[in-house]
Amino acid sequence: MSDVSSAAAAGASPDTASSTASTASGGSGEGPSSQDAPPPASVRVGERRRRTWRQRAFRFEAKAAPYAYVSPFFLIFAAFGLFPLVNTVWISLHEYKLGSEMTWIGLDNFRWLFSNPLFYNALWKTFTIGVLSTVPQLLLALALAHLLNYSMRVRTFFRVSMITPYATSVAAATLVFSELFARDAGFANWILSWFGVGPVDWRNGNWTAQVAIAIIVTWRWTGYNALIYLAGMQSISQDLYEAAAIDGASRWQQFRHVTLPGLRPTILFTIVVSTIGATQLFGEPLLFGNGSADGGAVHQYQTIGLFMYQQGWQYLQLGKAAAVAWVTFLIIVVLVLFNTAIVRWRTRSER
Amino acid sequence: MTTMPVPPASSGAPPMLTVGKPRRRRRGTHQAGPITYLLLVITAAIFILPFYYMLVGASRTMSEIAQVPPPLTPGGNLWHNIQAALEQQNIGKALINSVVVSGCVTVSTVLFCTLAGFAFAKMRFRGSAVLFAIAVATMMIPPTLGVVPLYKIMATLHLTAKLGSVILPSLVSAFGVFFMRQFLLQAVPDELLEAARVDGATSTRTFISIVLPIARPGMAVLAMLTFMASWNDFFWPIIALNSTNPTVQVALNNLGGGYVPDQSIILAGTLIGTLPVFLVFVLLGRQVVSGIIAGAVKG
Repeated sequence: MSDVSSAAAAGASPDTASSTASTASGGSGEGPSSQDAPPPASVRVGERRRRTWRQRAFRFEAKAAPYAYVSPFFLIFAAFGLFPLVNTVWISLHEYKLGSEMTWIGLDNFRWLFSNPLFYNALWKTFTIGVLSTVPQLLLALALAHLLNYSMRVRTFFRVSMITPYATSVAAATLVFSELFARDAGFANWILSWFGVGPVDWRNGNWTAQVAIAIIVTWRWTGYNALIYLAGMQSISQDLYEAAAIDGASRWQQFRHVTLPGLRPTILFTIVVSTIGATQLFGEPLLFGNGSADGGAVHQYQTIGLFMYQQGWQYLQLGKAAAVAWVTFLIIVVLVLFNTAIVRWRTRSER
Repeated sequence: MTTMPVPPASSGAPPMLTVGKPRRRRRGTHQAGPITYLLLVITAAIFILPFYYMLVGASRTMSEIAQVPPPLTPGGNLWHNIQAALEQQNIGKALINSVVVSGCVTVSTVLFCTLAGFAFAKMRFRGSAVLFAIAVATMMIPPTLGVVPLYKIMATLHLTAKLGSVILPSLVSAFGVFFMRQFLLQAVPDELLEAARVDGATSTRTFISIVLPIARPGMAVLAMLTFMASWNDFFWPIIALNSTNPTVQVALNNLGGGYVPDQSIILAGTLIGTLPVFLVFVLLGRQVVSGIIAGAVKG
């Protein structure tokens, strides 16, 4: 095994090499297989042939290894990611009840979907809750990242506290917030009562329920996005700020003309991720409605995810659920393209 | 090192290497003023308070929670509530199930993603750019879209309501591949791999003897993030499992949707379900922060 460590010592810093050597010697203990000294002139034929065979095997191994290394990922993804995604289209063209055979019905599921007021309701609620949660979330995250970017003490504490909500599960967070938004003895109403605002029936109101759910989403994701913005801010060159300061730019102007343009790719990334997240909203409305897929008494917070779940696993209509999933997918594609186009267009118009 | 969020690569580099370098000047040369501190303290409080309320509610009785104004300090009913919660909805079994699922998912994700990440970071092979682009693109596909066929697959394999149905689809993650590639690009010096190849080490041997030891810090961060995500996974387990064999999140869903009128017991349940992840988080929060930042910075 000494050969590896000596090679390492030649090619890398001593301490990496020593760590390598220690692990290597603690390894399986057999030396590399094709460790032949250069052959003397009087080498026997059979030995040379064996060497070329070995070399061939060695080269083949080097060629094949990367494919072998990436194959587990792609095999599992193909089976449980890509295939289901494509197969959704096929299933959506069938009547498929849980536990029975599929029967071909063509586009009937889609006809049913596009003539169903509940589907449009779900689309609309997904949109409103999405806007109510995504916009404040990203604006607050930007402000928060700006604050975190100052040099300060107890920095780590602040950063870690910012993503404690991210580490909380949807279920736990929603159950606690449901309690905080209780009508009679909830925390939120108690605080509102200081300002003379009467008890709000968060769960049964149309907009109040949506706002409550948006608050849960915002609470969970603001800190996470703030961290991402912070990382983006720290990669902006300090020289730009210094140059702007020399030109007499105020703090606000620096933020407006140095930070924001520098953050553009990061902002696009968070917008896309949050938009996709908003179309997937499921756990919060489910648990906010005490585990019912109705999304409130008059479906006032039945998101598209909840609607799909209800069709598939409450009414056992998996074909219809697949149709909903497929339409959601198309909506996501359109939204992402739309987001990207807007950011591109803004960039171009500012040049 | 300062408390800056260091990219995980530098945590993998031996401290020797950083000695000679001049220290990077601190970012945000503006010193934080009192207003900044005040705003940050308020925000931190808003982020932490729900946890505190979880503890308050879980240690009170139902009637105490229903008072106006609501109680603000923990009471003495915690053990009773936790015992009551453990009797509800198989929470004891759910904890074991969640440990099994998250454990399997974490081990396999870290192993396969390190392998794939190493191939993408340090090996030249035909089609690597295209394959990597595909892998990154899959990060954007929400898992809920293929949920109907996935359910059909699990029904065919007779895995519905069994833990296998939750473990199988999560054995790898695109984020993990991306993350490990980023890490290994910086952490593994090319000279070392070159030297190993000249010495006749096969790729597998190189991976085991050289890459794995260097990759350890990155693998630890990925393991943590994966464990957290798996522990908190909600949508698919709700569909694939039922209340007789739940994970913690499924049990919490049943607890909230069931007919337990006692809020204190529900909050005790959330406390039990959150505690394992929370412990990981309190101990290793900084690494989680650096992991999120590393994963967010698109290479």
